[in-house]
Order: sequence, then C-alpha cells, then structure tokens
Amino acid sequence: MNSFGRPLTRNEDPRLLRGEALFVDDVELPGLLHVAFFRSPHAHAHLLSLDVSAARARAGVVAVITAADLGDYWQPGPLLVPPPPVPGMIFNQRCQVPLVRDTARHVGEPVAMVVAESRYIAEDAVAEILAEWETLPAVGDLEAALAPGAALVHADLGTNVAAEVHQARGDYAAAARAAHLVLKRRFTYDRGASIPMETRGVVAQWDPRADRLTVWDTTQAPVVIRNGLAGMLGLSERQVRVVAPNIGGGFGPKMMMFYPEEVLIPWAAMRLCRPVKWIEDRLEHFFATTHERSQIHDAEIALDAQGKILGVRDVFLHDTGAYDPYGLTVPLNSQCTLLGCYVVPAYDSRFTAVFTNRTLVTPYRGAGRQHGVFVMERLLDLAARELGLDRAEIRRRNFIPTDAFPFDQGVIYQDFSRLSYDSGNYEPILDKALAAIGYADFVQRVQPEARAAGRSLGLGLVCYVEGTGIGPYEGAKVQVQSSGKISLATGIGSQGQGHATAFAQVVAEQLGVDLRDVEVTTGDTDQFYWGVGTFASRGAVVAGSAAHEAAKVVRQKVLRTAAAHFECAEEDLVLADGKVHVAGVPDHAITLGRLAGLANPMRGAVTPGTEPGLEATSYFGPASGATASGVHAMIVEFDAGTLRPTILDYVVVHDCGTVINPLILAGQIHGGVAQGIGNAFFEQLAWDENGQLLNASLADYLIPTALDVPRMRLDHTVTPSPLNPLGVKGAGEAGAIPVGALFAQAIEDALDLPARGIEILEMPLGPSRLWEITQRG
Amino acid sequence: MKPAPFAWHAPEDLAAALALKAQHGGEAQFLAGGQSLVPAMNFRVAQPAVLVDLNRVAALDSLAFDAEGTLRVGAMCRYRRIERDAEVARRLPLLVEALAEVAHPQIRNRGTLAGNLCHADPASEMPAVMLALEARFRLCRHDGERVLPARDFFLGPLATALAEEEMLAEIQIPALPPGTGTGFLEVARRRGDYAMMGVAAVLRRGPEGRCVAARLALCSAGPTPMLAERAAASLVGTRLTAEDFAAAAALAVAEIDPMGSVQASPAYQRHLAGVLVPRALALAAERAA
Amino acid sequence: MKFTIRVNGVEHTREVEPRLLLSDFLRHEIGLTGTHVGCEHGVCGACTILWDGAPVRSCLAFAVQAEGHEIRTVEGLAPGPGQLNPLQQAFRDAHGLQCGYCTPGILMTMTAFLEENPKPDEAQVREALSGNLCRCTGYQHIVDAVLLASQA
Repeated sequence: MNSFGRPLTRNEDPRLLRGEALFVDDVELPGLLHVAFFRSPHAHAHLLSLDVSAARARAGVVAVITAADLGDYWQPGPLLVPPPPVPGMIFNQRCQVPLVRDTARHVGEPVAMVVAESRYIAEDAVAEILAEWETLPAVGDLEAALAPGAALVHADLGTNVAAEVHQARGDYAAAARAAHLVLKRRFTYDRGASIPMETRGVVAQWDPRADRLTVWDTTQAPVVIRNGLAGMLGLSERQVRVVAPNIGGGFGPKMMMFYPEEVLIPWAAMRLCRPVKWIEDRLEHFFATTHERSQIHDAEIALDAQGKILGVRDVFLHDTGAYDPYGLTVPLNSQCTLLGCYVVPAYDSRFTAVFTNRTLVTPYRGAGRQHGVFVMERLLDLAARELGLDRAEIRRRNFIPTDAFPFDQGVIYQDFSRLSYDSGNYEPILDKALAAIGYADFVQRVQPEARAAGRSLGLGLVCYVEGTGIGPYEGAKVQVQSSGKISLATGIGSQGQGHATAFAQVVAEQLGVDLRDVEVTTGDTDQFYWGVGTFASRGAVVAGSAAHEAAKVVRQKVLRTAAAHFECAEEDLVLADGKVHVAGVPDHAITLGRLAGLANPMRGAVTPGTEPGLEATSYFGPASGATASGVHAMIVEFDAGTLRPTILDYVVVHDCGTVINPLILAGQIHGGVAQGIGNAFFEQLAWDENGQLLNASLADYLIPTALDVPRMRLDHTVTPSPLNPLGVKGAGEAGAIPVGALFAQAIEDALDLPARGIEILEMPLGPSRLWEITQRG
Repeated sequence: MKPAPFAWHAPEDLAAALALKAQHGGEAQFLAGGQSLVPAMNFRVAQPAVLVDLNRVAALDSLAFDAEGTLRVGAMCRYRRIERDAEVARRLPLLVEALAEVAHPQIRNRGTLAGNLCHADPASEMPAVMLALEARFRLCRHDGERVLPARDFFLGPLATALAEEEMLAEIQIPALPPGTGTGFLEVARRRGDYAMMGVAAVLRRGPEGRCVAARLALCSAGPTPMLAERAAASLVGTRLTAEDFAAAAALAVAEIDPMGSVQASPAYQRHLAGVLVPRALALAAERAA
Repeated sequence: MKFTIRVNGVEHTREVEPRLLLSDFLRHEIGLTGTHVGCEHGVCGACTILWDGAPVRSCLAFAVQAEGHEIRTVEGLAPGPGQLNPLQQAFRDAHGLQCGYCTPGILMTMTAFLEENPKPDEAQVREALSGNLCRCTGYQHIVDAVLLASQA
C-alpha cells in the first residue's frame, strides 16, 4: 500500500496514451473565432503607417485590431519579477506591449491581430496588411550595445543598460594578491530556445449570462494569469477562470507573462462576445516565445598552490532581449550558481543586463545556472591543468565540507533571500560518479590505448548545485469524496512532470488509499484559488509539501470521525486500504466514503467549531530554497575527421533529497540531459546583423533525436532537506545544467586540445565551429 | 502556418495532368508526395494558385528494370517502394544506401524521388546520386517529351531545366557494369537532416584491378549537386590506393563550391569533403573488388 | 468540396476547402484531437498517423487527398473504451511519456515499426524513433517502452 518513494506508473498516462487528454488547442466551442497576428518583419523599426483595410474587408474576417483600437487597454505589461534588494543596483524597467504602436523592437513583435472564422482565413488577411516602416539599426552584439553612440532599443532610456548588479563578499583583490595562481578567461554562452513540442495557445470565452470569463492558457502559472487578467479587464477574480489543462511541455518560457497574446485574446472574446482561439504556430514560436542563454563572462580565479580556491571575480553581460518583465532571475541565478559546490572565500561578481533587438529572455530550464556552472567548472579545469592536479581532485579539495551546512554564500538569490545551502554532502556523489564511469581505468588504460589506436576518446566530469524549491508558497486542498476517492487540487500547472502521480503518492501515504484513488487537479483556478506557478524546480517541494500538510489534517479528521463512529480512541484505529477499522477487528471496517458522509450530516446538532466534510486546505512556504547537487560524467568519442561526437557512456549521480517517485525522477533527469546535450552541441539560434533569425524552423534549429541522446545511467544519494516536511529537493533542471561544462571538458580531453594550446571557452559548440577553433592551434 | 488557397485538380491519367499544366502554366504546380512542397506552402513561401495532384495517376507509380537493365522510376514512385525493392538493392545499392539518409521513414512513405529532384535542393542527397549514376530524366509535356541527362537538369538552388509545361515523368538509371562498386557517405547534424557534405562514389575496376572508370558526385557542395570530374579522372588507371584517394580528395576539394549554411561554414564543408571523399572512395573500391 | 474519408474504420463525409491539412481535418472537423500538431513542416512527428498502414505526417497532406485511403489515428489503437493496447500499456509501464504531446505520433510510428520488426534491438528502435521529436523524456524510457512491448 505504501506508495511514497516507489517507482509507480503514472495516473495521468491512460488518457494521454489514448489521445483523450485535453490540450488547449483541443478546446472547441460553438462560434469559435481564430486569430493570426501580423508581426514585425524588422528587429528594430518605426511603424510609419498601417493599412488594415483590405484585411478587414476580406470575407470571413470579423475584426482586425491595431494598437489604436485598444484605447486605454493598451498598456505595457506588468513587471512579473521586481528587482532584488541588492544595494546600489540599477534596474530599468521596460515591459512588453500588447501591439506595436510606434516602434518594433524585435522580429515577430505583434503589430495587428486578425480575428476570423478560421485560422486559414486569418492568415490570408494577415498577408493583406500593409505596413510602412522606417528601419533602425538593430542592437545585437552585447558589447557594441554598450559602446558610445550605439543604437538604442529604448530611445527614451538613453542607454541599453537594463540593469547593473554588483554582489561581493570577502576581498577578492587581496585574494588575488596572495594567490599562487590567477587565471583569467572570457567565456561565452549563446542563445537557444526551449521548444516545447506544444507551442503556446490561448482560448477565451466570455459568458454574458454567467458574467464570467473562461480562459484556457498554456501557462505554467494559471492563478497569476487569472489575477492579472481580472485587473486588466476590470473584472473581479471570481469572474475569471483560467484553466491550464494538459500542457505539452513548458520548460520555463510558459511561465513568462503576460505575453501579448494572453492580454489580447480574452479582451477580444469579451469585445466580440464570441469565443476566440489563438494557437501559436512553430514559426511564431521562434520569435514570440521567450529565449535564453546569451551571456559573456570575463572571469578570474585565484588559487593557492594546493589548488584551493581563494577567490573568484566575474564581470558579465547578460542579454535580456527587447524587454525585461521577468526582472533579473536569469543573471542572478548565473551569479549565484557560479559558486557551485565550492568554498569561495572571496567573490566579486558584477553583471550588466543589456537590452537587444531580439526576442525577450526569460528563464528556460536551468535559468542562468548553466552559465555559472560553465564558468566555474571551466576555471577549475584550467586551474587543474596549470597546477598539475587531477580534475576530480581539485573539485574534491574545494567542496563545501559536510559539517558546514547550512552554508551561507553571502549573496542575494533569485528569491531575494540570502543564498544559503540548506544541506549537502558532495564527496559521496563524486565518488559514486568516478566509480560508475570507471574514471581511474579510463585515465590509466582506456584513453591511452584508444589514443594509441588512433581513436579520440575523452571524458568529462563536472559538479553542480541547483537551487530549487523556492517560495513564496503553494497550497493544496485535499478532500474525501463520498465515493471514497480522494481529490487533491493545487494551483500550479503541470507540463508533464507527473504531478497527478507524485502528489497522489504524497496524499496516499497519509490516507492509506490506493494511488489510483487520488484524483489530482492542477491548473484550474476554479478548483484551487491560490498559487504561484510551476518554475524553479519547485512543484514537488512546495506544492508537494502543501499536499502533505493538507493530507495530514484530513487524516486527523478521518480518525476523529471514525473514533466517534466506533466509539473508541483514535489511537486504536487502523487506516488502510481506504477503510478504517479498530485494531484487531478488521472485519468491522468503515470506508472513507461513508466517513465522509458521516462528517457531513443532514440532521442533528453539530458541535461548535467543527467543519463539515473530510477536507483540508494547507499552504507551504519555505523560508528559502533547497539546494540539490550532482555530478555528471561522460565518455565521448569524436570522429577526428568530421568532429562528430558519439557519447559512449553517460552517468548522472544526483542528490535531490528524499525521492517521491524514482521513475518520474529518472524521467526528469533524462529529459534534462537531453536538453543539455541539445544546448551543448545542437541548439543555437543564429542571427544576422539585421537581427533576423536565420534558423526559425525545426529543420534548422536542431533539437536532439533518439540517436543523439545516449542511454544514461543514474544513481542517487539522499541528503534530505531540513526545510520541508518531506525532505525533498527539486530535480527539474538538474539534468540540463552542467552539460555545457561537461562537453567542453570532454571535447578538450578527446581531441587532446590543451596539448595544442586550444581551450574550449564557449557554448554551444557544433562541429563547424569546433573545427574552426581547432584550426587555431 | 496554413497554406494559401488554391484550386485542386486530381487527374487520373498522365495526359490529363499534362493538359492541366499546359492550361495553367506557371500558376500551377504538380503535387507528388508533397514532402517538400507542402511545408513550403504551409510557410507560404510557395503559393501555387493551382495544384495538379498526381497521386491518382496510377500509371506514374511505376518501378521496373527494362530489358537493358535500366531502372525506370515513375514520377509517383515513393521512396518507400524503391528502398524496399530487393532487385534495386542488388543492382543499384548506391541508391538504397543514400535513401536511408533521406529524412525519415514517415517522409519516405510519402515522398517521391521525382518530387525531390524537381525541388532541386543542392543539399539533398538524391540529385548527387543521380549524377553519380548518370541518370536520365524523361520530361513530358502535353505535346511531346524529351530526355535530359541529370547533369543538365540542375541549374541552381531550387532551379531546374524543367519548362513551365513539363513534368519529370520518369527517371532512368542505367545498369552498373560488372566490376563496379559504389559508396555513399554523408555528414549531417542529425539523422535525416540535409547533409553538411555528402559524397557518392562510383568506381569500376578492370580485370587487373586497376580503375577503369570513376564518378564522384557531392551534395551540399555548391549551388547544384556537384560532379568532381577532375578528381574522378585522376583515379582512372590507378590501383585505388589510399594515396590515390587522397590525391583525388585534394582535387575534389578544389572543384567544389560549397555555399555554407547555418550549420556549416564553407571552409568546414570543404574540410568535410576532404574527409569524406577518401572514405567514400575506399568503400566503393572495396565493393568493386 | 465534398469528400469522404475513412478514419479508424468509420466513414466521415464533409465539405472542406482543398487546402485543409489532414491534421486540421482530423482534429477540428471530426474531433479526433489525439493527433497533435507540433511544427506543420514535417519535422517533429507529433502529427504522425497511419495512411494505409504506413506512418506519414498528417500536416503534409491535404485532407481531400485521403479519400479512398485507410487512415488510423491514436484513437484507433485501444481495443475498447478505457483500455490500452499492449504498446500503450508498455509506454505506461516504462514511463515512456511525460507531457504526452508527442506520444500519439510516436505510438503510430512504433505501431507500424513493430509490425515489421517484432523483435527489434535498441539501435533499431532508436533509428525508427529518430523521426519523432520528444522534448521531455530524453527518449530512454520511450526506447524501454518499445522494447518492453516487443517482448510481450
């Protein structure tokens, strides 16, 4: 019966496997209208005139909406994440607008919205919209953007600086002076896209009789969307229902809000009094859904002769795209995650976020952590080489010792609290990974033999931490139904993480019911009112803990009701198999369904202070995030001629505290690694000097296939988090975070690049660019 | 990403199809497997006013060797049928070997060889394979037909010698003489992607083991599929040693004119040609033994 | 124009524009929303259906072209309401899906694959799977699911 911690199959699968599960584009409503957008063809341009008359006149077109038609509804979007309380910081807020009014700031920015009887007709009409533009120089290169005289993304601002943040502790200058070795390098990380298989979409229906708006949205945060929409549309929250049904992958960009389309579709549905649907197509997705990753780091590490880190200094530029509604989450994560598993006595980090004429940047799986890990792990590799140290050894020497937790890093994290690692135990993870990958044997025998045979085999080995499970809070409502089934509702959305199973396991554990008898609803604001969203690997930690707390209260209510029924003490009761009986008398059991009925009497006096039903709502808000950690190790072989890699072995050893469902956890790790491999080797958005995206299709932007992702071997250690009742830490991003650093090290190792004086300092790195780099030696 | 409106005709015989094309001229496009044309229509980069759908012209779905051993492939013959034909695999292994690199089974189940050739993407495998195999194309119009060697068919990126009223009705691939070995190798970013560089090699050994004929065709190597003729000529008379292959590769690298792409710089493409040409030649030489 | 199509053994007659993609027809004209749309340019494989038994991209065919052919979608796999066929069951047992968006296309590809290759090895499964993109699973559990189904 115990389901917690077991590799159980998922509750949500049967409907998905039969094609019955509801996704946003599956919503069909009588009289449904369809939207297509006319989008800016230019990265940066003044809109001189806009002629939509032909589009309006086309048969089947119901409305064509421009910025002018929006009236007062035209407002820049809200700032989703305000800047952190870091002394002396600068933050220039420029949020996205629903439709371009006078200046387009990235290719694909919406300019006009066509509402028609079908998407086909809407696209026909879009082709008939005429716009006159005065093109402006496009800002793309981060350093050029900050040079005097650079074109300005936001002319009124007088600068392309979106933010500047400096965080420091210890005295780096002194550390560098005292150091045996100081290394300085420039590291770059380029843009990629999350590419969920389901693009974004919004369907909105205004019901004038019920005076209510229903919105189906591919969002990761339905409650926040509801609250925002209510405010914008002049409705009260109770009038708006937002449903995030099954979502076909999120990975972060579906957490961004408010996308222009999210603001416009509900407005159009109310104004036209007809349901309206917009489904992003894949071409739109490449321009209109947020990206991530471009940063340039100038980083420096100071070490003593034994390879102990004395200090790190990092100055980096972060590309925030054309607008910055998501605040500084990504660069703050880079800044904080750089510290990794290591004791860094002096740290001095300064970043400048830069506006560019490119699609907005918001968190995508890893959310800036990749960059920090890349910089730190690369610095350690370079240092190890200089000092003649083994790469595993230099990491081991710098690990935060087990007895040092909680470990205060002394910088402000993305959740605005001081970054403090709640728990961790890094050496066992490293040891397991070294053993699993056969490190010693590889170094001493396998690689030398392979080299002698003319083969280019290399190994990568990197460590990382992942800040997970941040606040502020989530809630959950647990209720025993008269059928005996348990319902659980929470406000977060689910994009494939298996919440309907993992949360059910948490509840089943407390209530002694079968996992299949717990029915989980996520992402429907009519089912649960409060919530924040699915991001930062926090679902299992925060909502899972809330579910646990609520289930505990329901358990007490069950036992109290049963004790009254059996006229016995609660301690004498056994709750199992969906029934309660007195210990030793299993034949006289009462089902949870009947108890739920008893708890909701139709007649008779009710004791003051009691509530009807077997139901509880609980909230959980951790004081700070739980820090997971891990090691990835990989053996890769390169074709020395073509520079195509083949991954021969891949090991992940991971510590995310208590594991709720190992099967789901493995899936999260596998998927993360696949995206990491994409990010390291396959996926790079390519732009020309005019800010045009050159590979906006799945034929040209390459996400890995089943032949590109190797079989992975996973192992775990368990260091429970003291910050939540379950002891869990998040795991959603762990697979993706360290892969860039891993590839860089493995490439150098396989191709013996250090011997030729070549270093890998950039990601992603496809074979063409890698070949160019190898020609330098 | 929805196609613009068009008038759709689905004739059931070749004459009717050609008459429709003659009637509508440049307004009309033939639709075969649709695996290149329909994506282009969904992106609205192709907006034909008229589609002449060949899928119901049963006579065009043909695949047979004639008395001379020439393989004749009809305009509606899908890749799937070619790659599963045991006789094709035996007699023209190069074709089947290269087909495995073309997209994925889901595309090959519908896509046609003729449609691919008319699309004339220089990065595509099949045009280069046609050059290597010295294929001939039968081009039909409502009032006549002509036969064109493959090398005269490809004029540039997405440009062919097809006149407005013409259809590529049949591909004719002559038999390979005894003693011939072939090999196809490519490097793509992922399985099924267009090659960053692809090499089709055809070698024939004489009775004493010396090379008596060689052809080398490359895809993603220029604005059209490229024949490396000087490289091929350099092999004739040699014993097909590694040194001969290296010399041929050096010539081939100089002969091609790669244009570069998002995935590969022209310099890297040339480098790949230098790597793949000897490998493909070695494969072909081994099979010619 | 009016045409008739047979999907999962059921005939549907509809009046449609010739340009209507088969994927849109299945989803929005006859309500078989299990077939998903991920790219509309033939790369992702989410919209894969069986056309006379062979997997094809339904986003790269016009609905009217399917007249006279046998179309099968994910809704046609399970033996009965509320049930799973062995391949679907294997996907559940091996955790071969996360968000489930790419899953119907993968099931259709693998249905045809297993009919032709009842006892594949891992390399063959990966090869056959390479025309369907999945962004969640890293493919490992999908491969496991297909191998599991082949052992049933």
